[in-house]
Amino acid sequence: MSFSREQVDKVALLSRLELTDEEKDRISQQLGSILDYIEQLGELDTEGVEPLAHCLPIQNVFREDVVEESLSIDEALGNAPKRRDEFFAVPPPIEK
Amino acid sequence: MSKPYKILIGLEVHAQLQTNTKLFSGMPTTFGMRPNSQTSPLCIGMPGTLPVMNKRAFELAMKAGLAFDCTLSRFTKWDRKQYYYPDLPKGYQISQYDLPFAEGGAVDITIEEGTKRVRLIRVHLEEDAGKNTHSDKKGGDSLVDLNRAGVPLIEIVSEPDMETPEEAKAYLETVRTLLRDLEVSDCEMQEGSLRCDANVNLHITKPDGTIAKTPIVEIKNMNSIRAVERALYYEADRQYELWQQDGKVMGEAPKQTRGWDDARGVTIPQREKEEASDYRYFPEPDLVPIVIDDAWIERIKAEMGETSGDRIERYKSEYGLSDYNADVLVTKGRAVSDYFEELLAQKVEPKAAANWTINDVLSHAVGRVKTIDDLNPAPKELAELIGMVKGKKLNLNDAREKVLPAMVESGKSAPEISKELGLEVVLDTGAIDAVCDEVINDPKMAKSVDDFKGGKEKAFGALMGQVMRRSQGKFPPDMVTKTLREKLTS
Repeated sequence: MSFSREQVDKVALLSRLELTDEEKDRISQQLGSILDYIEQLGELDTEGVEPLAHCLPIQNVFREDVVEESLSIDEALGNAPKRRDEFFAVPPPIEK
Repeated sequence: MSKPYKILIGLEVHAQLQTNTKLFSGMPTTFGMRPNSQTSPLCIGMPGTLPVMNKRAFELAMKAGLAFDCTLSRFTKWDRKQYYYPDLPKGYQISQYDLPFAEGGAVDITIEEGTKRVRLIRVHLEEDAGKNTHSDKKGGDSLVDLNRAGVPLIEIVSEPDMETPEEAKAYLETVRTLLRDLEVSDCEMQEGSLRCDANVNLHITKPDGTIAKTPIVEIKNMNSIRAVERALYYEADRQYELWQQDGKVMGEAPKQTRGWDDARGVTIPQREKEEASDYRYFPEPDLVPIVIDDAWIERIKAEMGETSGDRIERYKSEYGLSDYNADVLVTKGRAVSDYFEELLAQKVEPKAAANWTINDVLSHAVGRVKTIDDLNPAPKELAELIGMVKGKKLNLNDAREKVLPAMVESGKSAPEISKELGLEVVLDTGAIDAVCDEVINDPKMAKSVDDFKGGKEKAFGALMGQVMRRSQGKFPPDMVTKTLREKLTS
């Protein structure tokens, strides 16, 4: 199964990845072979098998609505490349 | 002038569930805290973290589903909705895609013509994103606060069953009342705990009788019910004008997203929907599914008590109220129906209690009270006023137009005010007799007396008017009529 350059472009855009032409060629081949590998599942006969929502046979796992201690503001912002006061500072997502 | 088109409006309402903690972590959900002070490693998208479902959030969602008459799914699961935006540190939102916890259902709204049913498509649960503040400067940094990231929301999706902005308003008010009464959500639009997006297009009847359907536009960023109403009016006009210019119908232009600019009173285009809507949903592997059984549903129903629908029926069957009155008392919220029931407890007749609550108390409340919980006067005080009218100590008109407004204004009791304003009806038959005699024997009234005795019924009005004037309106009119008639015909 092939994964076209256009499909690579689209997935890269959705994932906000900037790729060089050389990377796009390589990724198009790699994703194609990954899809081929997964495609083998199509050979199985799944007639009468219910779709699976989760691989574990467990359901209804809940916690009670009880407040736990939050991270401090400094901890929360600790890994941020840039902060301003108590906020994460990021490049503007919308072109003004 | 009636417009040559019909508006079709579908609403997507997001309501924040009234929980102590977020949907998948134990972080608090309090509004207005310092930025990024209510986060956990999960909220900020740290690797190696796992979500755990909040049971209360799920049960509040079940209550909402039952209140909207939805079918609760016996099996429901979570899905990842992927998009890149700085307010979403995980890179995906945990939501529900193909197996929402509730489907179908309806909301009955009260409009001028009566009751209208707005069908629902589905209700699902999801987590909220964080909050972005964009810079005014071109290229300036955006600021991100993740306190809200992970807060539990239900999204209520309606069919495009609303045909006017007023119906959309009535729908939102009804949804808000239902959710507030059940304490599922406080629905504060200012604080973002009730948000609404609208899908709107027009069905235009062309001169040849065929229908042109304009492309659907999604409107976002409406922060009050009033804003929703205004935005819909604006958008309907805009779509009609655009269609007159370009004639484009559904399918010839992509679905567009527009934002409401409240200050300017216009909708402005946002990103194109096509690209953004490729969310690549897939089942959330970090959360197990939920199975709902009858026993659980019954337990939630028991916690809910009487539903709005049950209450409306009870008001009609038990108290003989009209459809309209029963509907208004219930759909305006628990505070209003509690007020009505409090009047009943004070021995006020049901129909009188309904009329006073709807026609007088609620109309005085408009623009005067912040929330409907502050209804004035207290039911006990109003019952005293209604009692005075019933006991003929006060005219109904005076009670409604003079005493009640003064009670609301000053907080004084009905007897105090009617005394102050000199409105108390005099029940002294001796005084009524005396004034009637005075009028009949007044030479100026002789002509009227003769006319009446000569068979001119109309002359009675003049005599009656004189008596009432001389009593300064304090005599009960029915007693005056009776006394005067007896004296004139004996």
